[in-house]
Amino acid sequence: MIKINNLHASIDGKEILKGINLEVKAGEVHAIMGPNGSGKSTLSSVLAGREEFEVTEGSVEFDGKDLLDLSPEDRAREGLFLAFQYPVEIPGVSNINFLKTAINEKRAYLNQEPVSAKEFLGMVKEKSALVELDSKLANRSVNEGFSGGEKKRNEIFQMAMLSPKLSILDETDSGLDIDALRIVANGVNKLKSPNNATIVITHYQRLLDYIVPDFVHVLYNGKIVKSGGKELAIELEEKGYDWIKSENVEL
Amino acid sequence: MTTAELTKKDTFLAALSPLQFNEDSYFEGLRNNAKNELAELDFPTSKTEYWKYTRLGKIVNNTYTLGQPDKIDITNFLIPNLEAHVLVVINGYYSPELSNFTEIDGVTLTSLSAAKKQGFEGLKKHFNQFTQDKKEIFLALNNAFHTDGIYLEVAKNNNVEKPYHILNITTGNNTISQSRNLFIGNVGSQVKIIESFINVGGEKNFNNHVSEFFVAENTHLEYNKIQDKKENNFSIATEQVYQEANSNFTINTATFNGALVRNNLNIEVDASNCETNLNGLYLGKNKDHIDNHTVVDHKKPHCNSNEVYRGVLDDESTGVFNGKVFVRQDAQITNAFQQNNNILLSDNATANSKPELEIYADDVKCSHGSTTGQIDEEAIFYLQSRGISKKGALKLMINAFAKDALERISIETLHEYIDAKIEEELS
Ligand SMILES: Nc1ncnc2c1ncn2[C@@H]1O[C@H](COP(=O)(O)OP(=O)(O)O)[C@@H](O)[C@H]1O
Ligand SMILES: [Mg+2]
Repeated sequence: MIKINNLHASIDGKEILKGINLEVKAGEVHAIMGPNGSGKSTLSSVLAGREEFEVTEGSVEFDGKDLLDLSPEDRAREGLFLAFQYPVEIPGVSNINFLKTAINEKRAYLNQEPVSAKEFLGMVKEKSALVELDSKLANRSVNEGFSGGEKKRNEIFQMAMLSPKLSILDETDSGLDIDALRIVANGVNKLKSPNNATIVITHYQRLLDYIVPDFVHVLYNGKIVKSGGKELAIELEEKGYDWIKSENVEL
Repeated sequence: MTTAELTKKDTFLAALSPLQFNEDSYFEGLRNNAKNELAELDFPTSKTEYWKYTRLGKIVNNTYTLGQPDKIDITNFLIPNLEAHVLVVINGYYSPELSNFTEIDGVTLTSLSAAKKQGFEGLKKHFNQFTQDKKEIFLALNNAFHTDGIYLEVAKNNNVEKPYHILNITTGNNTISQSRNLFIGNVGSQVKIIESFINVGGEKNFNNHVSEFFVAENTHLEYNKIQDKKENNFSIATEQVYQEANSNFTINTATFNGALVRNNLNIEVDASNCETNLNGLYLGKNKDHIDNHTVVDHKKPHCNSNEVYRGVLDDESTGVFNGKVFVRQDAQITNAFQQNNNILLSDNATANSKPELEIYADDVKCSHGSTTGQIDEEAIFYLQSRGISKKGALKLMINAFAKDALERISIETLHEYIDAKIEEELS
């Protein structure tokens, strides 16, 4: 599905990603963990196409295409989805309206018919139920006045509406109480299929009790310094990130 | 020094002097007063504070011919699906042939010139009351040389459901037109008015317009103003509004185009328990220059005013906003809210924004604010990351920003018309 090869990226001349290698296949769930500031959000931003970051080296292949060559909107239309760590508030733009535009732009890109009003409403109903998002929120301005938990659920709602091939969840669990965490995880699990894949970025092992990863990677100082199975997450939780830091002092 | 400017004024007055008005001595007297006032006034210069950000060279250096009655096809200017009485004023002359309305009980509706001939009581009482001796040359010019316009008076306790749509049109080239309206809502009445300012064909036409509003006790009056003059045309419009107790006045101004547009909106809230809403949207392109100067004068207690003006400025266009709110010593428990927001779509667009509050009472709630900025790039990226093109994302955001300003338009079909125009202008 996605093959990241020796990816280096910098901002304002400062190198943040220092050679990332990662391959995710269809049907897999990968977790990326790591202390604050190690570059997890930078990696997701670079994959989603944020222009502030400059890719200085390496390549990313997404479903056979050169991902770095595509505009952010084309990446999304090809099936990449990023659930933002900090979802943006957009006053005046309705959640529903913008999602309809997004779905139709994607369909046009794939040479498909636009979604009918009836089909769309059906989707909204089904997918908002999936993450227990109040239907009133679906009709409000994008994220405006939403609580932290509502914003995160809205991200997963959008993910459900767009049915991406690869979803990157950037700290979707941060700040969620246990009920909200369960709802979000449950939503993600229901959307899982042999044809799509998920990268879960998290700080805490807690989420991985609900979304069980096939692989766990530790990102530190712009590099993946450790990879393993789901037991690596438990080990990390027990030993803390200082363990990683002390092992990688030379970085 | 001022000799050159005096000459410009003389040229202006010379162009207007052939106008003949066969009016009775009362109205003739009003015009003569204004002519005397004009002798003392001059065109504003860059030093005139009130006109600081709006250069009038384009208007005052041009040589005009007097507007004449004209006949054109108006179908394109009607608002789709809107049930309204239609009144047409062309080049400052009322056109009975093109107008289409039904007489209703409790509404006096005529051209202003016909109203003067009939000497209506309401007319004598309110006409020119709010516009005299303001020391504003364009107001004085209109006082002295206005040709015609609409006189609309709603009798006590009449609720007029069907809106009035005035088409105020200029045609030809270098035409000067000075139209003039008087709207009177008597005690407990309700009425909605739309006025579209349009230019057909040529360029360098100048419309110097004045509307007066008398909003009596417990009256609800809504005035929606659409300025849509393509090509290189100029307009100055002045609204003088007087509100009595428990009244509600709403004005929505949508300016889509205009080489030089200046709106002077002056609202005197002279009794308690009033509500005043003044909202505007301006979309500037090319070298458009759009200037809104507003004054709300709260003189008595327990009143609310809400003001939101928003501008989207592209290319080399300029938006000017100056909003003054006075809260006089007597006007305790006033809530006055004022805001001006501008989005610049190009590096060469400019916004000059000056919200001003002058408060002389102590128990009041007032706020004002002004923002000028580019579109939020984070939001654009967020929308793009969902599969929306950069252009589509911009459009969604600008539409949202723009539409927000005109939420108080209560006529559904007009709302749809304006939303569609916004989309059209921004695409
Ligand atoms: N826009 C930016 N400008 C400058 N530095 C940045 C920017 N975004 C992130 N960084 C820096 O990059 C490093 C990695 O940040 P980030 O990717 O957000 O880490 P994480 O998500 O793992 O906490 C940090 O040192 C951070 O300060
Ligand atoms: Mg982060």
